[in-house]
Amino acid sequence: MNVIIAGCGKIGTAVAESMVREGHDVTVIDVDKDCVDNLLNIYDVIGVYGNAADSDTLLEAGVADAELFIAATDSDELNMISCLFARRLGAKHTVARVRKTDYNDSSLGFVRQQLELSMTINPEMTAAREMFNILKLPSAIKIETFANRNFEMVEFRLKKDSAFHGQRLSALRDKFRGAFLVCTVQRGDDVFIPDGNFTLFDGDKIGITATPAEIQKLFKQMNILQKQARNIMILGGSRTAYYLAKRLDSIGYTVKIIEQDRSRCEEIAQLLPACSVVCGDGAQQEFLLEEGLRSMDAFVALTGMDEENILLSCFASSLNVPKVISKVNRAELKGLAERLGLETIISPKHSVAEVVTRYARAIQNSSGSNVETLYKIADGKAEALEFKVRPEFVGAGISLRELQLKPNTLIAGIVRGRKTFIPSGADAILPGDKVIVIASGKRMNDLADILV
Amino acid sequence: MNRRMILYMPLQILKAEAFLLLLPACVSLIYGEKSAFGFLICSAGMLALSFPLAHFLKPKDRVIYAKEGFVIVALSWIFMSAFGALPFVISGEIPSYIDALFETASGFSTTGASIVTDLGSMSHGMLFWRSFTHWLGGMGILVFLMALTNTSDRPIHIMRAEMPGPVVGKIVPRAKDTAKILYLLYLGLTVAEAVCLLIGGLDLFESLVYAFGTAGTGGFGLRADSLVGYSTFVQWVITVFMFLFGINFNLYYLFFVRRAGDVVRNRELWTYVGIAAAATVLIYVNTYPLTQNAAVTLKDASFQTAAILTTTGFASVDFNLWPQLSKNILFILMFIGGCAGSTAGGFKISRLMILCKVIRREVVKLLHPRSVKVIRMEGKKVDEAVIHNTCSYLAVYCLCIFIVFFLLSFDAFDLETSFTATVSCFNNIGPAFGAAGPMEGYAAFSGFSKLVLTAAMLLGRLEVFPILLAVSPDTWIKK
Repeated sequence: MNVIIAGCGKIGTAVAESMVREGHDVTVIDVDKDCVDNLLNIYDVIGVYGNAADSDTLLEAGVADAELFIAATDSDELNMISCLFARRLGAKHTVARVRKTDYNDSSLGFVRQQLELSMTINPEMTAAREMFNILKLPSAIKIETFANRNFEMVEFRLKKDSAFHGQRLSALRDKFRGAFLVCTVQRGDDVFIPDGNFTLFDGDKIGITATPAEIQKLFKQMNILQKQARNIMILGGSRTAYYLAKRLDSIGYTVKIIEQDRSRCEEIAQLLPACSVVCGDGAQQEFLLEEGLRSMDAFVALTGMDEENILLSCFASSLNVPKVISKVNRAELKGLAERLGLETIISPKHSVAEVVTRYARAIQNSSGSNVETLYKIADGKAEALEFKVRPEFVGAGISLRELQLKPNTLIAGIVRGRKTFIPSGADAILPGDKVIVIASGKRMNDLADILV
Repeated sequence: MNRRMILYMPLQILKAEAFLLLLPACVSLIYGEKSAFGFLICSAGMLALSFPLAHFLKPKDRVIYAKEGFVIVALSWIFMSAFGALPFVISGEIPSYIDALFETASGFSTTGASIVTDLGSMSHGMLFWRSFTHWLGGMGILVFLMALTNTSDRPIHIMRAEMPGPVVGKIVPRAKDTAKILYLLYLGLTVAEAVCLLIGGLDLFESLVYAFGTAGTGGFGLRADSLVGYSTFVQWVITVFMFLFGINFNLYYLFFVRRAGDVVRNRELWTYVGIAAAATVLIYVNTYPLTQNAAVTLKDASFQTAAILTTTGFASVDFNLWPQLSKNILFILMFIGGCAGSTAGGFKISRLMILCKVIRREVVKLLHPRSVKVIRMEGKKVDEAVIHNTCSYLAVYCLCIFIVFFLLSFDAFDLETSFTATVSCFNNIGPAFGAAGPMEGYAAFSGFSKLVLTAAMLLGRLEVFPILLAVSPDTWIKK
C-alpha cells in the first residue's frame, strides 16, 4: 500500500516507522531537508522536500496513487489543507493531525466532513484516553478493550510474593476459579505466548484477557486491587493534561493541575472550573509536598520534558504514591525509565502510531480481510486482534482442540451475541462470532491466518 | 561499527557468487569442456567456506550506518574478485593468479582490460564467465542480492556505496523494490540487445557475450581484434546499446511510468547526447581522409565515441592508428564517462555539470563578492554537501590517477602508454593508447603493474571512498 506522510517530526517519524514495519511503501514530505535525510538514513522510505500544501510537492510524492495520506506537521491548518489537496489529487484516504482544542470540539465533525478526512488524530487526546483507562484500574500497566468494552486485555507486572509466583498456568484457573486467560508473558526482553505448562515468576509482566468484572474479581483474589485513583495530581498544564483532567472531572474525580505559566493556568482554570489549578514550579519537591503529593492516589507527569517527567515520577514513587504515570516520548529514555522502576509509561507518539497502524490495516481489510480491532501489546512484540468471523472461514464449526493453530497464536476470547467467554478445547468458532486472537510473529490480516 | 555485519555481508556475496558460478559451469557442460570442473570445484569450495562462516558470524544486530555500508561494499568487491579469479587458475586457462585476478577485477569493474593474448584457446565456459562478470558488476552485485533477499535493515547505505554518481536516490520507497526495478530494466535491455545481435547473425553464445559486455559497459569480447571483424549491422547495434546503457536508468523508469516529459527535460541526458554528437562529428571530419568512405567513417566515429564515452571499450577499428586529434578526443572522453545512475564508469557527466556551475559561481563571486547564487540541477537546488562531495571527489580522483601513474612508471613504457593505461583502467574503459592499445591488451605489463591496475579498476568502479574507508586503520581501530 502506498502511504504518504507529511511532516517528519516526532509523530511523523513514529508513524513512518510503524508503516515501514507493516510493509507499506512510504513516502515522506517535509520542508526541512535534514529531517527528511535523517529519516531516509534510518528507514526504508523515500523523501520529498517541500511544502505539504503545495500541489507540485504532493504530486511529486505520488499522491495520485496513494491509498493513505497522513498529515502530521506542526500546524493543524497546514495538515487540513494538505489533506484536502491530497484528497482532490487522488489520495484514497486522508488522515490529519488536528490538535488545537478549538477544533477538537463539536466543530471536528464539520471539519472532517468538509475536508473529506477519513480520520483525525490527536496525540494528546489519545494519550489522555489511555491514561484515563489506567487510572480507572490502577493495578494495570496497560489496558485495551475489545467488543465494545465487554472484554479487556490487561497488562500488569507480578510484584514480589505475588499469588501467581511459581504457578503453572494449568493450575492457575483451578486455584482462582475465574474465567481469565494469561496470554502474554514478558520476561526480560523475551515475549512468550504461553501454554498450560508455562510457569510464572515474580517480575514477569503478564497480559490477561477476561471480562472487566472477572478482572476485578481476579485482582481482588490476588490482593492487588488498588482502589480507583480518586485524587489525582497532574504535573504540567499541557493539552494532554487538559483532556485528561476533563475526562476525570466528568466522572467526579478530584484533579489538581500544577503549571508554571500563569496565563496557561488561567486558561485551564477557565476551561475546567471544577479542577484546582496551582501555579508554581513543579520541579520543586517542597512545593509538590506542600500541595499534598503524599496524600494523592495518583501522580501523572505531563510536562514537555521527558527527563523532568521521569525524575519527578521517581520522586513520587519514592513517596509511595500508589499510581504514577509518566509521559515519555523518546524511546531510549523509556527503557531507562523502566529500569528506574517506573512502570506505567505512556508515549503519545506511539499511541498515535498504533492508531494509524490500526486504521491502515482496516483499509487493507476492506479489500478482503476483517480485523475489527488491533492492539500492539507487550511493548509492540505481540498483537491482539479482534476478528469478525465470516461464513467462509474454513475453521468454523471445528472444535478448537482439533484446529491446527500456528505456533505463538492463541484464541483469547470469543464474543457470541451478547455473551463473551474464554474458549476451552471443546468450543468451536462459529460464523458471526467475534474472535480475539493473540499472536506474536507474523502479522495477521485474516482469521484464516491463524491456521497452519 | 557493526563488525559482524561487515564480515557477514561479503560472505553472503560469496555464497551468491558460488551459485552464479554454476551458470558458466552449465555453459562448459553444454560445450563438453573440461573447464566445468574448475567452476564446480570453485563453487563447492566457496560454499564450503562461506556457509559455516556465515552461520557462525550471523549478526544479531543488522543495523548498519553509512560507514558500514562503504566497508561492506569494498570488502564484497575485493572478496568476489579474489574468489572469482580461481576458476581461471584451477582450469589452467590463466595459470598465473595475478593475471586471473586482473582479468576478474577487470570484469567486475566493467573495465574490459585483458591480459589474455590468445582468446581462441579459451573454453566457452571461461569466456562466458569473463563476460558475465561484466553484467554483474555493471549494476552491482550487492544491488543484485538486494533485489532477491532482505540483506540488511538499512539497505540504502549499501546502495549508496555501490552505485556510482554524486547523488544516489531510490526510485520507489523500498530499496528492495528499487533494486528489482533497476535489475528488470537492465535485464530487459540486455535481452533486447541479445535478440538484435541474434538477428544480426551472431550465434546465441556470441550474442550473450556481447550483450553482457555492452550492458555492463565492460568490453570483453571473443576476439583479439575486438569487433573489427563483425558486420556493420552488429557494430551499429552495439553502438546504439552502448549509448543506451550510458544513460541514467532512472530515466527508463520514468519513461515506463509515463513521465516522458521528465526524461525530455533531463539536462544531464542532453549534455550526454551533446558531448557524444560533438565528439562524433569532430572524429568524423578528422578521420574521413583515412577511409574516404562516409558510411564507414560515420560508423567508426560513432562506435568509438560511444565505446569510450560510456567506458565500454570495444573497438570497431584500431583507433591507435587514427590521427592525433581523434586520439586526443577519445582520451578526453575517457575522463568524462556516462551519466550518473548508469552502468558506465568515469567521472560522470552530472559531476562535470556541477563542477562547471561551481566554477561559474566562483567567477561571479570574484566579480560580485556579495552575490548569492544557488546551483541548480534538473530544476532543483544542489545541496552544498553534494557540491563539497563533488569537489573532494575530483581531488581524490586526480590524486589516485597520479599515484597509479607513478606506480606504473616502474615498467619501462613510454609516457603515452603509462598515462593512458592508468586513465583507462581507473575509468573502467579497457583499451588505452600506445602499447596498451585496443589490439594489444595488458599482457606486457609486469606483475606489480597488473596488481596496481587491478586496484585502480576497483577504486574507479566504487569511486574510491569505499575502498579508502576499508583500508584505513581508523575504520578498524576501536576508539
